[in-house]
Amino acid sequence: MAVLLSALDQILSFTHFIYLLGGVLVGLVVGIIPGLGGIAGMSLLLPFIYGMEPSVGLGMLMGLVAVIPTGDTFTSVLMGIPGSSSSQATVMDGFPLAKKGQAARALSAAFMCSMIGGVVGAIVLSVFILVARPIVLSFSSAELFMLTLLGLSVVAALSGGNIFKGLAACGLGLLVGSVGSAPATGDFRFTLGIDYLYDGIPLVVVGLGIFALPEIISLLVQNKAIASTPNKLGHGLKQGIKDVFQNLPLVGKSSIFGSLVGAIPGLGGSVVDWMTYSFAMNSSKDSSQFGKGEIKGVIAPESANNACASGSMIPTLLFGIPGSGSAAVFLGGMLLLGLQPGVSMITTHLDLTYTIIWSLALANILGAIFCICFTRPISLLTYVKFSILAPIILTLILFAAYQATRSLGDFIVLGVIATIGVLMKDAGWPRPAFLIGFVLSSGAENYFFQSIQFYGYSWFERPGVIIIALLIILGFVLPPILKSRRKAQKDEGQVTEKELPITSITDLVLILLITGAGTYALFNIWDMSTLTKAFPLIAIAIVLFSCIALLIQRYKVKHRKVVTNIRLEACYIVGFFVIACGYYYLGFISTTFVFSLLFLSYLAKASWTKSFIIAFCLVIFLLVMRHIMHIDYPEGFLDPYILTPVDKIF
Amino acid sequence: MKKHLKLLCASTLIFGSLLTTAAKAETADIPSTINWTIPFGVGGGTDVWARFIAPYLTKYIPTHPTVVIKNQPGGGSITGTNLFYKRARSDGSDILGTSASTLFPFMLGDKRVRYNFDKWMPLMASPTGGVVYVQPNLGVKSAADIDKLNGVTLPFGSQGPTRLELPVLMAFEMLGLDVKPVFGMKSRGAGRLAFERGEAKIDFQTTSAYINSVEDLVKNHKAIPLFSLGVMNEDGKIVRDPAFPNLPTFQEVYFQKYGKKPSGNEYTAYSKFLAAGFAFQKVIFIPANTPSDIIHAYQKGIKEMLKDPQFIKDSIVQIGPYKNIVGVNVAQHLQEATKISPELYAWVAKWLKQKFDYSL
Repeated sequence: MAVLLSALDQILSFTHFIYLLGGVLVGLVVGIIPGLGGIAGMSLLLPFIYGMEPSVGLGMLMGLVAVIPTGDTFTSVLMGIPGSSSSQATVMDGFPLAKKGQAARALSAAFMCSMIGGVVGAIVLSVFILVARPIVLSFSSAELFMLTLLGLSVVAALSGGNIFKGLAACGLGLLVGSVGSAPATGDFRFTLGIDYLYDGIPLVVVGLGIFALPEIISLLVQNKAIASTPNKLGHGLKQGIKDVFQNLPLVGKSSIFGSLVGAIPGLGGSVVDWMTYSFAMNSSKDSSQFGKGEIKGVIAPESANNACASGSMIPTLLFGIPGSGSAAVFLGGMLLLGLQPGVSMITTHLDLTYTIIWSLALANILGAIFCICFTRPISLLTYVKFSILAPIILTLILFAAYQATRSLGDFIVLGVIATIGVLMKDAGWPRPAFLIGFVLSSGAENYFFQSIQFYGYSWFERPGVIIIALLIILGFVLPPILKSRRKAQKDEGQVTEKELPITSITDLVLILLITGAGTYALFNIWDMSTLTKAFPLIAIAIVLFSCIALLIQRYKVKHRKVVTNIRLEACYIVGFFVIACGYYYLGFISTTFVFSLLFLSYLAKASWTKSFIIAFCLVIFLLVMRHIMHIDYPEGFLDPYILTPVDKIF
Repeated sequence: MKKHLKLLCASTLIFGSLLTTAAKAETADIPSTINWTIPFGVGGGTDVWARFIAPYLTKYIPTHPTVVIKNQPGGGSITGTNLFYKRARSDGSDILGTSASTLFPFMLGDKRVRYNFDKWMPLMASPTGGVVYVQPNLGVKSAADIDKLNGVTLPFGSQGPTRLELPVLMAFEMLGLDVKPVFGMKSRGAGRLAFERGEAKIDFQTTSAYINSVEDLVKNHKAIPLFSLGVMNEDGKIVRDPAFPNLPTFQEVYFQKYGKKPSGNEYTAYSKFLAAGFAFQKVIFIPANTPSDIIHAYQKGIKEMLKDPQFIKDSIVQIGPYKNIVGVNVAQHLQEATKISPELYAWVAKWLKQKFDYSL
């Protein structure tokens, strides 16, 4: 207890507080800019770390790591761009809320939850870290495999009525996730001889492609402001905070769940938001609004992701096994400060551990306060005509995607995934199912083979495995029972026209495309060794089975047809590829300028002055990023002419 | 008016650039900014190593250049190293930091590798060692009891057949241990976690990880160290690791078990990969066609850096109690280590195929 309090005294000292604040500010900036995350922020701070007083340095790093899941909410809600992998689920309902003109409500609720989640996470951490060692060790590869299954079972809840669409999307995600080296053998799969694919496809690119680009394209097709039904902003801000207090039990449960999942190394923070999202969906009385702008859909993942960032400190500090991407970088910072993770963190260095925990709590509070202050002015952006924002958002997306591996492949894969995303959005397929399949793919495969190799087939007798299996079954059985009860109470007799499953020509295109991809993958993998091909074969089986089921459904089950904008969207996709090539081959900065200027003045019909100012500001932003963060852009033919004089001046 | 302004600007620019060149001419033309390419992500082992060294480079290279770490991760360091091979300027402004996972794919003929080490010169190499340890419930108290492991299947958490564990896997085989590698560990740390969970019965860690995470286990009787991989002395011979003077080396254990020194193809392959992976665990390279006065300035700076008492003190924490190798020795030993004869290559390829069904 004395250690706890002396650590508190320490972080409230002036130097410590100032460095922590610095960390928080950097964390917010890199959190807000999509594509940058803990890793970019850390590379900004690490040069100063070596030689620093450990407690001060740790405070600064912690300030940064803690607030990234807070700041990244801005783009998730306002633009539908997941700011980092931990706020993908926020997009599901945050963006629809922004479309309804309730961006401020969604944002303030999200920040409030982030704060509570972060503080709860810190409290859980301060107690749990003392006893965590044996518990974390009891999660063997078998339990981890079951946890990935638990994550995958979320797909059922997110399938939106048609389980086969969910399965097909998830199977495709699993298959896309298996590109690259096979964990059990090290052999490479589906690389087509392209260097880019050897590493597998980066999560950032998949997240941007499946969510952000399709949203942009559909908004461009409609060409309105993001918030098409204006709402008074003033109410939004307070309403959001009120929403949080009305849903406190959900906030609490999501936070605790988030910090515990974060504590288990190997699962990663990218699914915890989806798990709590589906939990919120299953446990709420009326789940019909989810995906259309339900505030609970923002509250649950936002509470969980900050708590998860706290929880992921447990494996980082105790075992030196980072629980997330930014925790990995935090670990690097610790090593530079001359601190080694391990049991010593709860024995000789317990004071430092508590400094970390207090900094975590303080940073979460500071971060949320800053963000709430900026909520009103920033959410006004949603009232701007979308075509004005489009070049800015597109540049941001390309910027974010390029940070993944810094090659042309990032743009191409982004376009390909976006095509799948557009088709799925059009045909009403659950895009999160694809993403969850993708995220959990490598974990599911890896832990499955590891548990079989370590335990043979006796692994499913382990108590932990049985408990998680029961949880999964419960998740499948309980919601339908609850629902049928509610339905019985409401006593709805007739199925209305609106509730019939919808279908369109896009549906058919998508089914045929995915079947084609599955069949190709089948031929591609056939000659590989058993351990290499086993997992992709399962994914292919899921894909083909559900596609056939969907085809049968199409001809057997009564449905209503809807017309979609597929042709126009196809034009935009082609346009995207052309522009992306421009960004790569002509030079990122010069294309940003020319494209924004032309797009704004010809397509968005803005005045030349306005277009020029926006384009110019974008270029300045890119140059500042380049200078401060040492970020590289594709230089192409033209950029060297701009960059050489700029570099001379600075 | 406009014309005047232009003239003024132009003359300032010219004058400014004259000034800077004048300042540079005093010592070797080391650029004011050095870009140090690290083909790994931020916060990884090689990155931390580079960030630890970078301020000392600034301090000891005569012109005190700014050292900027450029992380270029991908392909387990192949991507960034390829780019460096293609693009690095040879005016002293570009250097590269590599690790075992840069050397191994080159030695194994990975088809993604488009670099070779002829065009580069190694400036410094930081070695590391490693220790193999087992679960205490196997009845083994030290390497002297190694015969007790005969016929016992030992699961071992490994990253992959061609990763840092490659020579260790060979050592296991030469000692006749029935080690069953479980591949797909995300890092050596994940392998250690599998050991702590009791899933793996045998494990191996590099020096700093062993000191920080395994020595506690040993103290609490949760792990028994068997042998170290030893270190290479200046004549290229393997001797006991200064970090673990009480632990026998692999060679000693082999001799104790079989009464003869290890030899043959497997031992040659083992020695090469051991040298590349451990003696040259981390290397600083500079393009070989960089002007020789600049290379000299680098070499001199690095030599002085190695004498800095603060560096020596911190280096023990960051790298271990090892001597960084500099000068002619680096280039020579490195070349010996990475040169694989066609026969040896064929042997390694066959071994990987037979043992792990892995095709090169």
